[in-house]
Amino acid sequence: MYQLRFVTQTYQRRGGIVTAVDDCNLEIPDNDFVAIVGPSGSGKTTLLSVLGGMLAPTSGAVLLDGKSLYSLTVEQRTALRKEKIGFVFQSFNLVSWLTALENVQIPLMLAGKSAEQQQQRARELLDRVGLSDRVNHRPAELSQGQQQRVALARTLANDPQVILADEPTGNLDNDTRQQVMSYLAEFHSDGRTIVIVTHDQQTAEFARRTIRIVDGVTQDVSMAEVA
Amino acid sequence: MKLRTMIWKELWQRPTPMLTSLAAVMLGVTALVAIQNITVFSERKIAGDMESLGANVLVLPPNVTLQDYYASDMHGHTMPEEYVTRLALARMPGVQNLAPKLCVEAEVDSAPVTLTGILPRSEFQAKTAWQGLAMLTNPVGSDRGCCTTTANLNTDSNPDSLATTRTIQELGDRELILGRDVAEKLEAKIGDKLTLLGTDFVVISVLPSTGTIDDGRLFAHLHSVQELSGAGPVVNVIEIMACCEDAAGSLITDLSSELPDTRIVTIAQIVETQVAVNGLMARLSWVFFGVLLLVGAASIASVMYSNVTERRKEIGTLMALGASRSFVTRMFLGKATLLGLTGGLGGFVVGTILAAVLGPQLLGVDVQPMPELLGIGMGAATIVAIVASLFPARRAAGLDPCLVFNEA
Repeated sequence: MYQLRFVTQTYQRRGGIVTAVDDCNLEIPDNDFVAIVGPSGSGKTTLLSVLGGMLAPTSGAVLLDGKSLYSLTVEQRTALRKEKIGFVFQSFNLVSWLTALENVQIPLMLAGKSAEQQQQRARELLDRVGLSDRVNHRPAELSQGQQQRVALARTLANDPQVILADEPTGNLDNDTRQQVMSYLAEFHSDGRTIVIVTHDQQTAEFARRTIRIVDGVTQDVSMAEVA
Repeated sequence: MKLRTMIWKELWQRPTPMLTSLAAVMLGVTALVAIQNITVFSERKIAGDMESLGANVLVLPPNVTLQDYYASDMHGHTMPEEYVTRLALARMPGVQNLAPKLCVEAEVDSAPVTLTGILPRSEFQAKTAWQGLAMLTNPVGSDRGCCTTTANLNTDSNPDSLATTRTIQELGDRELILGRDVAEKLEAKIGDKLTLLGTDFVVISVLPSTGTIDDGRLFAHLHSVQELSGAGPVVNVIEIMACCEDAAGSLITDLSSELPDTRIVTIAQIVETQVAVNGLMARLSWVFFGVLLLVGAASIASVMYSNVTERRKEIGTLMALGASRSFVTRMFLGKATLLGLTGGLGGFVVGTILAAVLGPQLLGVDVQPMPELLGIGMGAATIVAIVASLFPARRAAGLDPCLVFNEA
């Protein structure tokens, strides 16, 4: 479970201070499916970075399973991310010179799995997202939807407890968007916690809960209010 | 998949930027290996030449300018032959052979030739035996503490020994030995009779080619040359075959004391210039090596920095997926290591081939691969590549993983 207590994140910009997240108090229970919505520059991605253990807040505390994330060292946070958190990015962020299989192998390699274990697990996951016939293709040889599915398979590699997705459907057409969100819903039904950042209402509708953020201030809202 | 797989694949994916750095590192190692190879083998050849030459100390009349060791007896100045006897009887440690010479101009069938008078070793043995000095086993000098040389061991009476040891065991009054070139010029062979200074001589040997001025000379008994030329009991030079450590030690002082009215020159002084040139080349090779490696280092650093910049998102993604800072650092340093090892190995191979091709052509030196240069080349190239990549690797490891997000 995530707990954010009085989290504030500010930046120095051109001599002034910009508040990206303002005194945020939030709880995300295990197996929740949360959509963070809001206009561009409202602090959505900053909040996601804070949740991902990649950006220490200016003040406040972020707890994951009761453990303060930013009391850990950088290396400990990296290890925790590797073990518990998976990421999905808007532009997929696949390594262009590796095949689909090798891209999925990366988290497994970082976790110290053997080459055989890596290959077996990566093949299983690519099969799960319907890409068993594309294992040796490089990202440039795949469609946008296929690339995002490879990224989803990579996210699942180390069986993360939490998936943080940054505009996962931002670069996809309508059909592909539905497909990708169906996969995320499926991962949620596996028992994982899903947090997605989006400004797309249809995408947000897949979530069980929506949090609106405006000028760094978060607010739990119902789907009707979002609309 | 392992870290090295990622390094290897990334290198092959984007080889062009690295080729420049690799070329610079390779050039540095190539320059070192090629020059060092040639200089080392050149020095070995000189050492070999010195040993096969036998004579490494010259006793000359005073005021003689020595321009060429092989022509050291062509200056026209003389000194008494009695100096030879004095040296033979002095029993100086380290003196193994003495070879007095007198050169005169002569003609054979109106063709100008250089006739060199030499004293066979049998003359020394006769002298020392007559003097009752019991030096038959060591005809000249006491040989105490002296290194063994080919010249010392050669007691063969074959006249060809003159070509290698500068001495000969036996030579009759009217016998003649011809250098290879002069024999061809005169179309003379063993058994032929040649008239020199109004006297007939019989050719008893034609020397093998030595590549020196001796190839163009005729050799006869010293006393015959003295008598027929009217020069009297004099010589132009006394060549001394001394072992190296004695020649470099007290022998020169002893010789100067024994013959104060002469000039003593060691072969070391004659080859000094060549050795100095080799030394300069060897030092220069390190300079080239250093400069080119610095260029390589700058190039690697520059390429690595741009590599980090263009891979920012990729590095951020890896970090988001759980790559530690040390993993990212190792990814870049591993790449640098691979570049260094490849550059070092490539440089060694190219440098060795270059030396093997150019050595015989430019300097007449046969070159063999020097494995120790492989270690030096690969080690230095790798260290330079790693050091040059340290800052870029640190920069990569310090990247903010948040850059993977679109709004960050």
